[in-house]
Amino acid sequence: MADSTAAERRSPAAAYAARFEAASAGGGLRLAEIPFLTRVNLRVDPKSPAAERIGTAIGVPLPVEPGTVAGGGGLEALWLGPDEWLLVGPDGAAPGLVARLTEAAGGEHVSVVDVSAQRTTLVVAGERARDVLAHGCALDLHPRVFGPGRCAQTMLARAGVVLVADEDGFRVLVRSSFAGYVAEWLLDASVEYVAG
Amino acid sequence: MLLIPCPWCGPRDEAEFHYGGQAHVAYPENPAALSDEEWARYLFFRDNPKGLFAERWSHTAGCRRWFNAVRDTATNEIHAVYRVGEPRPVSA
Ligand SMILES: [Zn+2]
Repeated sequence: MADSTAAERRSPAAAYAARFEAASAGGGLRLAEIPFLTRVNLRVDPKSPAAERIGTAIGVPLPVEPGTVAGGGGLEALWLGPDEWLLVGPDGAAPGLVARLTEAAGGEHVSVVDVSAQRTTLVVAGERARDVLAHGCALDLHPRVFGPGRCAQTMLARAGVVLVADEDGFRVLVRSSFAGYVAEWLLDASVEYVAG
Repeated sequence: MLLIPCPWCGPRDEAEFHYGGQAHVAYPENPAALSDEEWARYLFFRDNPKGLFAERWSHTAGCRRWFNAVRDTATNEIHAVYRVGEPRPVSA
């Protein structure tokens, strides 16, 4: 009975699916949303025993080099600050992940917060991805500086984002309330790279 | 646009930072013992040099950490950045 009345969940950029698809038709650029990923914010002293226990518990050692990503596939740890990480996993993984982190933290001074709904993930991929982002991002996104395995909290078109570099492009983690704005901005910045 | 080298993230646009005023202003050891004038001096009075100035910055749009920078107030050149708790570099 509860199921029949439950609201259907809707991702922050769901309304842009068709326009993303149209902009991706030319082949030089791929825009898409990856909805509903699990994201857990973790704060812990990287030198503490808890940090080591957490790395073991989740199978991903917390990266200590600024702006780097550890793990991959099932679970990634993104460096956000010297004592702060964003753990990214598949849809539905949050309760289990939070439980594992909390258990590994023991009684130590650790913060674990499920922030999955805070952001959504936009994919900007293809050979034109860097050109599109360069319209509104001051970072050097060349692969020799910002290749796979790197991430950065920065600004894209004046909106705060987390950028993650992948093999074929980038993921833009944007706050849900900014998703529409950044989606519109990406589509506008893409016009000159989209065939037709 | 200034390029500010965050001690954690490296060089970033000035727009990613917030300014925090003069660095190394120590909180009074016994604030209750201060006169109104001494308290006002602690709260409101800051150096205003023409030249090198140690000041606090926060990388609000990046790693969100506070750090210190030695900036030349006449040229805007940043001579050094260092993390909170680290001493001001002697050369800067
Ligand atoms: Zn920083």
